[in-house]
Amino acid sequence: MPPAAVRILYHTIVAGLVVAALFLSARLYLGGEPLVGAGVLLVAGLAAVTYLRAKAYTWRYLFPGLLGFAVFVLFPLGYTVYVSFTNYSSANLLRFPQVVRYFETETYLAGDTRYSFALHRVGGEPATYVIALSPPGDESIRYATTPVALDPPPAEPVPVAADNPVPDSPPLALREVIPLRGLLQALSLELPDETLLTNTGLREFGPRLPLWRHNPEDDSFTNVQNGARIVPDHSIGRFVHATDSEIAAAGTPYGPGFRTFIGISNYTRVFTDKGIQGPFIRIFIWTIVFALGSVALSLAVGMTLAVLLEWKQLHGRKLYRTLLVLPYAVPAFISILIFKGLFNQNFGEINLLLNALFGIRPEWFADPLLAKVMILIVNTWLGFPYMMIVCTGILQSVPDTIYEASAIDGSNALHDFFKLTLPLIWQPLFPLLVASFAFNFNNFLLIYLLTGGGPDMVGAATVAGQTDILVSYTFRIAFRDTAQNFGYASAIATIIFVIVALLAWWNLKHQKT
Amino acid sequence: MKASTIRRLKLTLAHVFLVGFLVLTLTPFLMIIAISFRRGDLAIGALVPVGDNFSLEHWKYVLGIPYEAPGADGQPRIIRATTPVLLWFWNSLKVATVASACIILLSGTAAYAFARMRFALRGLLLKSLLVLQVFPMVLALVALYALLQLIGDFLPPFGLNTHPGLILTYLGGIAIYIWMIKGYFDTIPVSIEESAKIDGATHFQAFVRILLPMSAPIFAVVFILSFISHISEYPIASVVLQTERQWTLAVGAQSFLYEQNYLWGKFAATAVLSGLPITALFLACQRFLISGLTSGGVKE
Repeated sequence: MPPAAVRILYHTIVAGLVVAALFLSARLYLGGEPLVGAGVLLVAGLAAVTYLRAKAYTWRYLFPGLLGFAVFVLFPLGYTVYVSFTNYSSANLLRFPQVVRYFETETYLAGDTRYSFALHRVGGEPATYVIALSPPGDESIRYATTPVALDPPPAEPVPVAADNPVPDSPPLALREVIPLRGLLQALSLELPDETLLTNTGLREFGPRLPLWRHNPEDDSFTNVQNGARIVPDHSIGRFVHATDSEIAAAGTPYGPGFRTFIGISNYTRVFTDKGIQGPFIRIFIWTIVFALGSVALSLAVGMTLAVLLEWKQLHGRKLYRTLLVLPYAVPAFISILIFKGLFNQNFGEINLLLNALFGIRPEWFADPLLAKVMILIVNTWLGFPYMMIVCTGILQSVPDTIYEASAIDGSNALHDFFKLTLPLIWQPLFPLLVASFAFNFNNFLLIYLLTGGGPDMVGAATVAGQTDILVSYTFRIAFRDTAQNFGYASAIATIIFVIVALLAWWNLKHQKT
Repeated sequence: MKASTIRRLKLTLAHVFLVGFLVLTLTPFLMIIAISFRRGDLAIGALVPVGDNFSLEHWKYVLGIPYEAPGADGQPRIIRATTPVLLWFWNSLKVATVASACIILLSGTAAYAFARMRFALRGLLLKSLLVLQVFPMVLALVALYALLQLIGDFLPPFGLNTHPGLILTYLGGIAIYIWMIKGYFDTIPVSIEESAKIDGATHFQAFVRILLPMSAPIFAVVFILSFISHISEYPIASVVLQTERQWTLAVGAQSFLYEQNYLWGKFAATAVLSGLPITALFLACQRFLISGLTSGGVKE
């Protein structure tokens, strides 16, 4: 291709992408996400500058990678910290404008005017229907909808008009209407004078009026039926009754909760709430014990094997190494689940063997101590090959000559290892141990797949298990608990971020010296 | 005793220890293979599938072949699997392959800029990438979930419960790969590209025509590492993918071991079926990977 054609093609592609981004940005803005729309606009602008100005040449290579990193690592981290200062949870799921809209659309059945209706099937796939309405006492006037699909029910009110044609086919009999009742109840019709009608029985529709009058100055709502007033309380993220009413005393929350800033409450809860503090501290200690224990045990096994396999006179070292690396080669999610099945209390092969040999059936998943022992056994099995590989690599860099002097002294292998080899390899080994500690500190997969955190702790305010580590605890609070307390989960996540960042910083410093 | 006799004794002891340890280590694998060929889902009779105990039912189930088994009333009936194991496997392959290809593209270009160009913020960017990458993304799942929900409202094919959406979330994890590729680029002398530029090649041509072909090995290593880590990724996939037919193998495999519906034999067949190719891939590339893992130290 001639260079000019390449240039034209390049500019066309850049222009096309920018136009697509502009379109997306406009849709985001119109869809009620002005901030995100502005973000997309900013990225599109940056992209245009980067890919069209010669000066920004270097950034053309960096742009896609950094964008991915910013959107899927930086943004989630920042958002998590942000959520940790809010009350975001399944009870406070919506945003404030959404709750305002919820009250604005809430209606009540007004008066005793009832419109009788007839349902005509038009056909088609999925089937469409025409709903014909007559005002009370006057069968001669007929409003009708255009053909409308009932499954799924339309989200917006369906307009009815006097001049819409009604099919000649006879209306559906009552027994045919009954199965459609649930669908009919989910839709609302809109008369020409904008009155909304909903299904009130097998034969009739009734008018609905807005239940709340919005007072924009303080975002409060007044109930038009009984005069009760509710005001938003931004400190708890709920609407509350302003004055005593027939329904509730002043201050009683009402309606769905909304997301709001609650300052550092999620953090203070960790240290003050008894139902949270107790489990949190126990989980924190177990996380440390688990991570340290895993590193120590897998290092002990891995190092022993590495040292043994460095013995030159030993035959078949290559075969041993290949086979010993297998636990590392099999995907972890498979081996962890294999152990989950093998350790099963009633059906597991391990208890089958133990029962046959010693007549015992340990409760690996119900007893907290045994569950922890099982986790450490499985994690040592999973982790020793990595330690063996790493130790082998480091041991091979130790010159053989250092042993010669000690061999003359007549010392033994154990003495050699602890007095000569270990001090030499400690320096390169240490950062890898810290990295391994950090990995196990966050070893979600093992805990979640093997025990799921169980057995459960008694008396905890949220889900909390005896074998939960901080990450699995956080995950379960956010995604596997009915309360889905995202705010509290994010606060713990932020605490873990700080711990891990300190570890990473310490490790980086240690490597330099 | 003579010194050589003691040494022979020690060697024998070492072999005994190693063989014993190997048996202990490999038993779970041998057991899972045996269980996949054993009749029924519960370990009631013998451990080994011989004679009457031997059955291909779990394999037929996993592969979607109908088979005959005694029903609740004792009468034999035809059972056809409803769990789409092969589909999960295909989903996993698809997600891991596409994610790895995209990761190579993103990290390769970024690594080129870091290795060959000098610009403001270079050192700071490199270090921040590394430090920020150590945070486990499991903890940011609330944010990733909200992000995908938002994307799905405006670009449905990339939303929750879609494979493209899941792949998108994997594209953030490129820092470690940028570092690995940059390290490799650093070992290739710049002079070759520079002489090409003197001959009239552009920056981009020098990158694509000269540097890339010479860096094929590191791209192979990055691809395999990324592939293995994404085919085993569980937490993000389990939250993003919500319906059974969208699941990847890592999400689906654990559904066999629910306490209420314990399908141990079917799980065993699934584990062998999916574990074998991935393990074989790892062992085949072991030499590359181990050097990549141990030399992953941070050096600028």
